[in-house]
Amino acid sequence: MLWGSNARETHPIYFHHVLKGIHNGARLFVIDPRRTSSARWAEHWLGLDVGTDIALANAIGREIIASGLVNHAFVERATSGFEEYKKRVESYTLERAAQITKVPAAQIRQLAHTYAQADRAQICWTLGITEHHNAVDGVTAIINLALLTGHVGRYGSGLNPLRGQNNVQGGGDMGALPNKLPGGQDVENPEIRARWQELWGGKTIPPRRGKHLSEMFEAMGKKDLTALFVLGENPAQSEADAIQTLHHLRGLECLIVQDIFMTRTAKLAHVVLPAGASWCESEGTVTSSERRVQRVRKALEPPGEARDDIEILCNLARRLGRDWGKVTAKEAWDEMRSLSTWHAGMSYERLEELGGLHWPCPDASHPGSPFLHGRLWQDPVGGPRAPFCPADDEPPVDKLSDEFPIRLTTGRRLDCYNTGVQTGGYTSPLRRGESLDLSPEDGARHGVLDGERVRVTSRRGSVEVCVRYVDSLRAGLAFMTLHFPDEVETNVLTIDATDPKSGTAEFKATAIRIEKIEAGAKPRHPATASARRH
Amino acid sequence: MIDPATGRNQRMIELTIDGRTVSVPEGSTILDACRTLEIDTPTLCYLENLTPVNVCRVCVVELEGSRVLVPSCSRKVEPKMVVRTDSERVRLSRKMVYEFLGSSTDLSFAPGEVHRQMESYEAKPDRFGARTLPAKSGERDHAHAGHHQPAVAGHAQTVFQPVKVDNDLYVRDYSRCILCYKCVEACGEDAQNTFAISVAGRGFDARISTEYATPLPDSACVYCGNCIAVCPTGALMAKSEHDLRERGQWEPAKQSVTSTICPYCGVGCTLELHVQDNRIVKATSPLDHSVTSGHLCIKGRFGWEFVQNLGPLTSRDAP
Repeated sequence: MLWGSNARETHPIYFHHVLKGIHNGARLFVIDPRRTSSARWAEHWLGLDVGTDIALANAIGREIIASGLVNHAFVERATSGFEEYKKRVESYTLERAAQITKVPAAQIRQLAHTYAQADRAQICWTLGITEHHNAVDGVTAIINLALLTGHVGRYGSGLNPLRGQNNVQGGGDMGALPNKLPGGQDVENPEIRARWQELWGGKTIPPRRGKHLSEMFEAMGKKDLTALFVLGENPAQSEADAIQTLHHLRGLECLIVQDIFMTRTAKLAHVVLPAGASWCESEGTVTSSERRVQRVRKALEPPGEARDDIEILCNLARRLGRDWGKVTAKEAWDEMRSLSTWHAGMSYERLEELGGLHWPCPDASHPGSPFLHGRLWQDPVGGPRAPFCPADDEPPVDKLSDEFPIRLTTGRRLDCYNTGVQTGGYTSPLRRGESLDLSPEDGARHGVLDGERVRVTSRRGSVEVCVRYVDSLRAGLAFMTLHFPDEVETNVLTIDATDPKSGTAEFKATAIRIEKIEAGAKPRHPATASARRH
Repeated sequence: MIDPATGRNQRMIELTIDGRTVSVPEGSTILDACRTLEIDTPTLCYLENLTPVNVCRVCVVELEGSRVLVPSCSRKVEPKMVVRTDSERVRLSRKMVYEFLGSSTDLSFAPGEVHRQMESYEAKPDRFGARTLPAKSGERDHAHAGHHQPAVAGHAQTVFQPVKVDNDLYVRDYSRCILCYKCVEACGEDAQNTFAISVAGRGFDARISTEYATPLPDSACVYCGNCIAVCPTGALMAKSEHDLRERGQWEPAKQSVTSTICPYCGVGCTLELHVQDNRIVKATSPLDHSVTSGHLCIKGRFGWEFVQNLGPLTSRDAP
């Protein structure tokens, strides 16, 4: 089950494995508002309305329960809260879910039965689930299905969020989160903090969790946060509600940017620290979506004055009065390993010999863990039971109305990546520049032609962009990317309604209207020529 | 023997090759058995990450009880098989394959291994006479079966033609194409499943083609470049390499190869960066890596220019 993910384009080599499975008889269900290139490979495409995922998940859960397909032995041994979950999903009948999601009841039923009766089944999701104001609820609604059926903790089954960046998993694992130290350890736990404090010669670690990205921007708005150090991120263009974001960044007393590019964010900075590209101009590790830690190696000398990230940070520490000496990536890694049981057994030598290892890998003889949660299959269950976390359906924050009748959703295209600063470096024959993808039905309804330039307006701002008719969208749904912010700043339109737990903004659901630009008719696809630059 | 994939015990099959007895797991090919015995067996169309298509015939061996020579890359071992890999018949057959391919195509970019094998089989492609001149651009793309010109007497027929350069990422130099089908397989079910190319035409006119021979930008191609990675003769080549070769600046002796991880999505594909003079000139992925099996997408294969898309070497401006 591929849920809110267009892996064919966003994770192409992962999708090679899916295709291998399909050729071997595996069945693929794709749940996505768009009929994506991934959906074209599916046995069934469930084209739900944007932001109705929880209603769909709850209906699948209810149908599994109502049809007697629950894995009771697993639920009784390894989970808690089933009765409460059962009560909460009771009202999500197939008919009601069909009304909310626009997916035919028969299709929901078929998915529920196929999933529950499969020998092994996986649910993989991407930002279609997590870029919503209730992202964490969406994820738990999906996890509940795996708990109902026991499709977790076994080889070939499981729950897989497909990570969008080569080290977003590793960044979190290393403690680049407001509430964690490396190895997923809670910063608010005094015993854990004590271990670090001991290693670092008694230096005190702040005892409270910090702010996540969205909270930081809120704090900037209130002037509680006045200095910002940005490493390898381009929030001026990647954050939702770009006008507001720029206002906050400009209001900072001190903005330091460490990056390999002179990004829009770097141009706003008081100090720019040019860095080497972490994946080919320095040594280190990254952790992929499957928790596999792999080595990155230096293939090139960084240009000009650019330096290795570690060197920059050590020099900065020296200026701040702490001399850490010359630290290599391996030394930093080994220090981290000494306090993270996930990584303790992952020496550079083993990583190189074995082509990477999956955490947890607690000691030097451990083979790594290709899948997690196997403990749920121990009898009695190893450790705490896995709780059902019931969640209710809540529509997107940016409501559709007569004034803003079209739902805009965002995503990536195959040959591009995020704000385009990396993919802008090569010429792709597939690239057409930014467009507002629309169904021909909507084009007719709003009187705009394929290739015509239009003004797109949301409750926060407006941009001009060319329309492109596509057959992957149903009426009422539009699509844009964030790849060409210098050409069309899509994030002027998006809403910064964020999930209270994850802090992720609702990039997937914006209410827009489109208007023809009457004066000065422009040629078809004027975006194409300028896109060559990118 | 325990199969690492299934955890089940595997039956071992015993056979005889060149008078030596060998035992290999059930399901192995004769080629696998030959390699177990370290018998030097040439291949062209075979690759570990693709389904064997048996078209080049250079790996053929003599099998007792079989009327014809059998392709070792795909023929599964059976108990009590008796195989000969170095008989006169096998040697002649392999030599002819090399001679036909060598006389009709340009093998100058094929790896040293191919040239070494050609020497060891005493293949002499030149004995068929001077090569015919290159066809005009596009001429071979539209050849109809049964309509081709008779061969020029005393000349070796060739598939020579101008290089197709129709996009910024890779070129197709079909003068070098030996029709091994590897690109078709990598574009198709074995990896990419895009099906942008196939074999068109018959006999000597057979060639790799997009639908209706359209230029790549008008085809279904998504520029993963997996066809380039499997091409054994340099017929498909990244434009970065092609351009350097054209300028006489392609210097393998000055190149280093460094393994790292692709800077894009979270799949964790291993990239081998081929670097010359502190510039990446090509990216590949190892065949035996469990994530990629040697395959990449457009971003991994071509999307690294951003680290060196530099005017003066000191500024790296975002676009």
